[in-house]
Amino acid sequence: MLELDGLDVRHGAVHAVRGLSLSVDRGEIVGLIGANGAGKSSTLHAVMGLVPAAAGDVRLHGRSLVGRAPEDVARAGVALVPEGRRIFAELTVEENLRLGVAGRPNGDLARAYELFPVVKEFRRRPAGALSGGQQQQLAIARALVGKPELLLLDEPSLGLAPRLVDVVFEALEEIRESGIAILLVEQRAQRTVALADRSHVLTNGRLTLTLGPEAAGDSETLVAAYFA
Amino acid sequence: MTLTATFLGADWQTVADAFGLGGIYALMAVGIGLVFGVLRLVNFAYGQLVMAGAYALAFAYERGWPVWGGILLCFGVVVVLSVGMDWVVFRPLRTQTPAVMLVATFAVAFLLQSIALLWFGSLGKIAASLSSLNQPWTIGGVHIREISIVAAAVAAACLVVLVLLLARTTVGLQMRAAALDFRTARLLGVRANRVIGSAVLLSGLLAATVAVLMTVQTPLVTPDFALRDTILVLAGVVLGGMNRLVSATLGGFAIGFAAGFLGGALPTNQSQYLPSFLFAAVIVVLLIRPGGLFARGGQQAAERV
Repeated sequence: MLELDGLDVRHGAVHAVRGLSLSVDRGEIVGLIGANGAGKSSTLHAVMGLVPAAAGDVRLHGRSLVGRAPEDVARAGVALVPEGRRIFAELTVEENLRLGVAGRPNGDLARAYELFPVVKEFRRRPAGALSGGQQQQLAIARALVGKPELLLLDEPSLGLAPRLVDVVFEALEEIRESGIAILLVEQRAQRTVALADRSHVLTNGRLTLTLGPEAAGDSETLVAAYFA
Repeated sequence: MTLTATFLGADWQTVADAFGLGGIYALMAVGIGLVFGVLRLVNFAYGQLVMAGAYALAFAYERGWPVWGGILLCFGVVVVLSVGMDWVVFRPLRTQTPAVMLVATFAVAFLLQSIALLWFGSLGKIAASLSSLNQPWTIGGVHIREISIVAAAVAAACLVVLVLLLARTTVGLQMRAAALDFRTARLLGVRANRVIGSAVLLSGLLAATVAVLMTVQTPLVTPDFALRDTILVLAGVVLGGMNRLVSATLGGFAIGFAAGFLGGALPTNQSQYLPSFLFAAVIVVLLIRPGGLFARGGQQAAERV
């Protein structure tokens, strides 16, 4: 469904992503792990059209997304849960969700409420009044209401208590079962490797290693991957 | 002390004038605030939109058009100019820094003013088709000019419609979201051009409304029509707090009300210093509350969460 083909991303003089190729299919979770500044977020931003691709191609169902505006990528069926959640604190929970539906014809709020009951419970409150974990659930719910085919997540577990990390990772499993393709950027390498169908390790913008779920128990490989 | 005594002793016409002018300035503040919300752009050429609308009314008046024809022409001219400004100037410059866009709006303002000077001369044109509204209504023995009440009522009605539009419609929700965090709104599929276009269109409709109301009290339309008002409104918008539409509108109303009230209550030899007093007051308020008079405390802290 999603294919990256020799993707290069540059921020001025910094070469953030170098020749990255990978693919994500329906019902798959693909993990992107690596140290800070390895190019994980830049990859997601390039898919979304937030930063231009300096070289290479990004294709959804074989059609290139390069050069398209973020709103057009979103309307094509790609949803990003950005780092730091980026919910609209002054709007109500329900208004946040309605924004997620805006660009997509078949969107509806029911599925999000089913997946995250807490979001439904607080739907009339300002989103800023929710706790960090609830806000993260809202951010994922908001990405899902538009019924995307591909979900991109940028560090969804950042700053969450362990119990809430479980909630998020369990939700990701459920989302995968519903047939959505997921590209997951995470700092929690071990959990990501255990959850994902395969996980790519990025080092200085380059793909250096690909791990299957069986590698999750192998801490030596994981540590080595980070310090390669 | 004197001010209080004057307020209590002020005639009703002065109070009504203050509400009328406050309403008109509030509409201008909303017009400026809507565009600022989505573009982070202070449109200094906003007064020239009002001026163009006033010339359209004068044009229709000179040719003896019916009142509604003049109003229609006014709305047409202002909306076309407003949307045209977005297409020709703002859109190509949208990715530039706010400073570049700000200077560009100065350029547009002077350009439009010069065009008006070239086409219509410096003597001015008359737009008096609605001047019958300057006659007084007598309510319970008190005489009040109709336009004061009409201006306040029209402003209130426009604001109510706008609030409903922003609160209840999808495009209104998208405009609010874009004003809070444009990048995230776009990530959710909100079309930047549609949101900005809607804000510019609404702001143009408000400018046309302001032009109609202003020409009643100031039927002489010159190239600097509404210029002083725009500067006062901008001060009011900053005074109230630029970042939120509600506070910007309240700031606009406050400065309009103050200008209208003091203008009527002070003797003529003192009221000529009125703008100086108002601007001094704006400086003092901003020294005490840099975020604006009506800005909510702790808002920035909430945003960082």
